[in-house]
Amino acid sequence: MLPYLLLSSLLFSAGLAAALLRRNAILVLVGIELMLNAANLNFIVFWKFGPHPESMAPVLFVLFSIAIAAAEAGVGLALILLVYRHFKTTNVDELNLLKG
Amino acid sequence: MNLDLAILSLLIGASAVAAITLRDLVHCVLCLAVTFAGLAAVYLRLGAEFIAFSQVLVYIGAVAILALFVVLLTRTGEIENQSRFSLQKLAPLAVCGLVFTGLAGAAWSSSLRGSQESVAASIRLRDVGRELMSAYVLPLEVLGLLLTAALIGAAILAQTEEPNEVENPNGASSHPPAKPH
Amino acid sequence: MIELADQFFVLSKQQILLLMPVAAQPLASVLLSIIPIIGVFATLFALTTVLERKGLGRIQNRLGPNRVGPFGFLQPLADGIKSLTKEDVVPFRTDGVLHFLAPVLVMVAALLAYSVLPLGRNMVALDLDAGVLFFFAVGASTELAVFMAGWSSRNKYAMLGAMRAIAQMISYEIPLILSTVGVLMTAGTLSTTGIVEAQSGYSGLLPNWYVLTPWGFAGFFLFLIAATAEANRSPFDLPEGESEIVAGYFTEYSGFKFAMFFFGEYLGLFAANALAITLFLGGWNSPLAILDWVPSYVWFFAKLMGLIGLSIWVRGTTPRMRSDQLMNFAWKFMLPMSLVNVLAAGLWRFTGHGFLGWFVCGSLVAGSYCWLGVELSTKNSLKKRVYRFAT
Repeated sequence: MLPYLLLSSLLFSAGLAAALLRRNAILVLVGIELMLNAANLNFIVFWKFGPHPESMAPVLFVLFSIAIAAAEAGVGLALILLVYRHFKTTNVDELNLLKG
Repeated sequence: MNLDLAILSLLIGASAVAAITLRDLVHCVLCLAVTFAGLAAVYLRLGAEFIAFSQVLVYIGAVAILALFVVLLTRTGEIENQSRFSLQKLAPLAVCGLVFTGLAGAAWSSSLRGSQESVAASIRLRDVGRELMSAYVLPLEVLGLLLTAALIGAAILAQTEEPNEVENPNGASSHPPAKPH
Repeated sequence: MIELADQFFVLSKQQILLLMPVAAQPLASVLLSIIPIIGVFATLFALTTVLERKGLGRIQNRLGPNRVGPFGFLQPLADGIKSLTKEDVVPFRTDGVLHFLAPVLVMVAALLAYSVLPLGRNMVALDLDAGVLFFFAVGASTELAVFMAGWSSRNKYAMLGAMRAIAQMISYEIPLILSTVGVLMTAGTLSTTGIVEAQSGYSGLLPNWYVLTPWGFAGFFLFLIAATAEANRSPFDLPEGESEIVAGYFTEYSGFKFAMFFFGEYLGLFAANALAITLFLGGWNSPLAILDWVPSYVWFFAKLMGLIGLSIWVRGTTPRMRSDQLMNFAWKFMLPMSLVNVLAAGLWRFTGHGFLGWFVCGSLVAGSYCWLGVELSTKNSLKKRVYRFAT
């Protein structure tokens, strides 16, 4: 199970790097999606290799998490679109005004 | 470590790194789609068929396409043209490195490290449906509510505003447009 | 004898496998499933192109292709040779890798869908527990290929066509999936073979096909309409409307790549029709009990040819929709209609399959059809458009 866990840690740190380093809001969202996927992978791996393979809970958790990720991406991208209309940029460093 | 897993891991890792480093945002999102597809293959390999297909349907069919739409609508495809390396970036990179070492170290020292794949773990769709309708019926309903709320919220957010709001003096017109770097 | 004719292909595959060395058997088994599928459907594609051109010609009061070979049936061969030997023109500014990958991805996605379609009794390449979900998941990745084709061409017509196609595919994917939910609920499985088996047998003279129930009838037509839209065929062919945007997302493709798009599109159409047969028309089951001796795959391909004929007819006789009509139709008619259909399928389960069930479900479906249709056709006034992004 070690390769799977290493893969998921790589995905998580890549997502974190995107969220911290890139300035485009869309890429920050991409990073968040990568982190979510790393968590999902861990759930499945621990279900497959862990002591309770008969339990359905991890599978259903991943299913719910995928559905929530879809909702999150939809709302997040709509927000980015709105921000772009307002400020004509999606660079998160330039979005430093609290009042709109 | 099997060969197919090695190839898959290489593909996922490479496309994930490409997704966060490439300059062209469309390429980034397409690489992200490759990462999602690779993860779906890993789920298949782990016997989670249903999760793999849901992953492809939701992430590639919806999330990646949505992200591509937003990239095109915001016309930010090629403007992120900053210096590749600066001292400012060092701290976040170090944090990411630390996180990776921490996670990998935890995986390395895990007591489950040597455990084998259990054959018993496989999804029968009938069981998934039964569980969803019995033990997890409340989360399912809440999820339906959440998705409806997200749908309405996203529609309202992205809705075309009235034209008079465009000339809002505190908003778009007073703010300097994005400078090409 | 009947049994042998029915299982001829299955048995011959087993016999060939026995001749192979044991080590080569898994690979040979896969190849023996894939190669016939590709071969059969490629032939069907060639046949359909010429039939379609002849049919359209007849509808438009002309003859259609009749020069190459007997009655023009060798026309696809000539077209194939032409597209193979044509120069492959790639514009200077294209995004090379994506431009190359897009037609390949279209083909791969279309071909993958065939792995879960039961073409006859015991004739399915991959009997997955979640077969229908697999079909839709594969279909969803076509959108990405379309986007890649449009974006990498660096051509405004290609980009417009791709955006139109994606918007259309996303909108019609929802009713496409929702219209199958009734079948999945009644059959209690997502496996394609399981669904076909659930429709076997006869009640009286009629077969137990889902199209012969009120919700199944509505669901079948909803599915066919949504599948036509997914395949970008007339009346939903805005993404490649010749009079508006040249050829849509494959404007910049030529030679063999263009042929691959063409092939992929037809493969997608066949796959959608085959899934409609599997879900609603009883798959490879025969329509009458006394015709049971006809081999199962004959029934499957007869039904497939029937649906292909229907789609040629529709293509020849319907005008292209406008963009706003397309979206209104998807969101204000197809989506509520398919949701009502799910409800009707649920009621059918509890009202029994007799007169009461027909009355309740039938009036629900017919009533909502009339109401939504009236709503759609009376409230279609066009408003002045406001463009926000053209600054």
